[in-house]
Parts: sequence; C-alpha cells; structure tokens
Amino acid sequence: MRTPLYDLYSTYPGVKIIDFAGWEMPLNFAAGIIAEHRRVREGAGLFDVSHMGELFLEGAGSAETLDWLVTNDVRGMEVGQAIYTPMCTPDGGTIDDLIIYRLGPERFMVVVNAANTAKDLAWMNVESRKVRPAALAATITDRSREIALLAFQGPKAEAWLSGLTATDLSKIRPFRFASGVLLSGVEATVARTGYTGEDGFELFVAAEEAARLWRTILDASGTLGALPCGLGARDSLRIEARLPLFGQELDGSIGPLEAGLASFVKMEKGEFCGRAALREQKERGLRRVLRGCEMIDRGVPRHGYIVYGDNSEIGVVTSGERSPTLDTFIGLVLVSREWSEIGTEIDIDFAGKRKRARIVKTPFYRRRRAEHEQSE
Amino acid sequence: MSSPSDLRYTKEHEWIRVEGRRAAVGITDHAQESLGDIVYVEIPTVGAEVARGEEASTVESVKASSPIFAPVSGKIVEVNAALDKNPELLNQKPYETFVFVMEMSEPSELDDLLSSAQYEALVGKEAQA
Repeated sequence: MRTPLYDLYSTYPGVKIIDFAGWEMPLNFAAGIIAEHRRVREGAGLFDVSHMGELFLEGAGSAETLDWLVTNDVRGMEVGQAIYTPMCTPDGGTIDDLIIYRLGPERFMVVVNAANTAKDLAWMNVESRKVRPAALAATITDRSREIALLAFQGPKAEAWLSGLTATDLSKIRPFRFASGVLLSGVEATVARTGYTGEDGFELFVAAEEAARLWRTILDASGTLGALPCGLGARDSLRIEARLPLFGQELDGSIGPLEAGLASFVKMEKGEFCGRAALREQKERGLRRVLRGCEMIDRGVPRHGYIVYGDNSEIGVVTSGERSPTLDTFIGLVLVSREWSEIGTEIDIDFAGKRKRARIVKTPFYRRRRAEHEQSE
Repeated sequence: MSSPSDLRYTKEHEWIRVEGRRAAVGITDHAQESLGDIVYVEIPTVGAEVARGEEASTVESVKASSPIFAPVSGKIVEVNAALDKNPELLNQKPYETFVFVMEMSEPSELDDLLSSAQYEALVGKEAQA
C-alpha cells in the first residue's frame, strides 16, 4: 500500500523505501537516519505518517463506548483534547495503543497503528455491542484512506509552521488540537501531539491535499533547515523518549502496566475491557516490567536479544539503538521485577556473546521545555 | 561507486587489499549502502588467529548488526582504531577505510576470492533478484 505522498518520495534523490506492515514507506531520505534524528532535536523534521489509521466513532453512545474500549478516561475529555491510551483484551493484553481526539461531545477520531487498523476496527465493532445494543451503538467508520497525516516535529516546528497560517499556534497546548486551520490555504486539523519526544504538531489533511502541504511546509521551512524524515528517525527518536512501539514494547502478551503505562490506565473510572485482569496483575504484583538500560560494554542491543541475570534468563530486549543525542548504547528491556531496580547490572546475549548493561532511569532524553510551559 | 579493480572481494561484501602476506579487509560500498548509517564497529583483538569464514568483526548500523567474516585465514596484526570514534568512515569512504589487517597463513586462499568484475556481476544479480 502507498500513502498519498508516495509519488513525491521518488523526487528526493537518496530516499530509501522499505516495506512497513505492507506499506511502502521511506526509511530515510538523503540526509540519513542520524542526520534526520538530530534535525528533529535541534530544528524540525517533517514525517509522512499517513499509513496510520483513522477510525471515527460518531453518534450517541460514542463516549461511553470508547470509555469501555480503552484504559484511559474518555468521558473526562474536553472537546479539542487528545489522549494517549492503550486498548486491552479482557485478559489484560494489548490490542493496540492509540491517540483519541475528541472532535465533539459524541464524535471522536481514533488514530491507530497502521498494521492494526483492520484488527482494531473489527475489535471495536464487536466490543461496542457489549456496551449498547447494536441498534443504539455508535457508528464506527474507517476513514484512513481519505485522511493523510503529516508530523512536523522539533523545537522550531511552531515558529516555522506559524509562517503559513493566521492561526495562533502557540494557543494549541500539548495534547490539544484545532480544526479548520488554514495552512497556506490547506485546511488541516492541527494537533500538538507526536512521537518524537520533541515539541511539534500532527497535521490531519484530506488525502488529495497532502502533497501540496508537504511541499509548502518544506519550501517554507526547508530554507531554514527543516528536513524530510523517514521511519528510521521516527523509531530512533521515540526510543530516546521511551515511547512504546506496538509489536515491541506492547503486544497481545504485554499489558500496559508491564510496559510502564500505569498513568494511562484509570482503574477508578469504572468498568472497561481488561480492567479485572489488570487490577489482578496490580494487586498480585507485576512479574516483569519494562525498563531502560544503558550498555556498559559496547554494542547495539536489539529487539529479541535475551537478557540474563546471574546466568538465568530474566527477560528480553524490546528495542535498542546507539542514541544519536546521548551517544550511548541504550535499550528497552522487559525484565523480571527482581532485576528491574535502577542501577542493577544485567547481561545481554549478542549472538552468543554476553555484554554487560545497567538498568537506568527513563526517558533517556527529555526535551527542555520552553518558559511558557514551566508552570504546567 | 564502482569497486576498485585492484581489490579482491567476497560474496559477503568484504573487500581485501593484498600487500605481500598482509591483507587489509573492509566492507564494500554496496555493503555500507545497504546497511545504512553505521554506528559501531566491534574491532577484533590484535594477535587473534582467525580461520577463513570465521566471524572476525561486527558492523552495527542503525538498522542491523552484520558480521565481517575473515576472507582468508591468518592472524589479526592491525585494527583501524579510528573506527572507534568515527564508525561513519565506513559509510563515507568504504574503500579507503579498512577494518583490520591480517597476516595470511594460507595465501593460496586468495584464489577463491572474486575480482571486481565478478563482484559487480554478483551485486547486479542480487539487485535483480
């Protein structure tokens, strides 16, 4: 599958296209993953993430339905607010992790992982019937193909994007959004959300307008230093910020509590899918938890490498990299609770060779907040 | 970038520059291109004896970890210490950046290596596959 921007990729010499969950996506452009990563930390970078799915829940009962489906609190959301949330099975495993945007009192857009769009849609349709009878259930529509999504991320994103609009973007707070914003004549929903650990925006636009918006943003801010970025930098950025990737830090067998996402699981909000199982996990104590580690020996810990403590298997690496920002080898590991304390030394099996690492605090990278955010 | 004709090559995308009994080993332009940004090179220990085909070093890119196999048998007599701080040299100047130098114990093994023309044919075939 291809996003509406696919034809534009080939106009960039040096672009590398890969298959990602059935989508032909840019891994990186000519600058390369590390240069793109650094540009997002220091300036801004533009990502095509149109492969992400957009599911709409509309009509009476939408809030109630979503509140049942996910672990975070939907009913408490304001219109114009976005939240991050896991969506769980009854046994507490993770179906997907999502961002929910409240468009109206009973109107929501749910942004899901590309590979999970069909699965999530089917799951939500079945589960929503448990909340209300079919005739009264919210309508769930997949609009993924109509909507393109660009992510413009980095400390300069606000300043550079502001040149394209009369809307005061500084008024859009983190995890808030504004609809009907005109960006050089292209109508967009502008959300202050992202997946890089940096300030920035996600821009939802009609598929047919995506190429024009992409070019406009890069023409305007490219002269200032914005770069087109691929999925490689997106991954390396999110690891530094310890943002989970479904399929690595979360999956059907890894629940949100184990993944360190307890603040997105609102046990007190009332009944929701997976609540009993998650509560039991919490009361019994978690068997394993997600932690960050930093290599003492050198080498890139990679997804699937086995983790040892005193020669017994205690867990697995879920993601890892040589951090472009910190210049250290870092990883996320799912390890037995007994081995999870900060400072604990562990061994990671690099194809038969054990290398030492230490459990460290996360996120590995935290952006400096602007002065106007200090009070938050 | 075409592969220099004064070098020998392996199917695993290493190049070998022979000077007497010494063989310098690096990775080809095709190898660095498919690996992408290289972030770490685990260089072998000077003095280590390695047999042909044995893993002698590891190149880590953002995407993957990839072994460098000893193209011939012998002893590691020199390593490229500059790679420790600047692994990206392998991306920037693949044919000017060796990873290690071996003193060959079986120079006749060189006969099994590929010429630049053979190597380019191999890469061309891989690209079509």
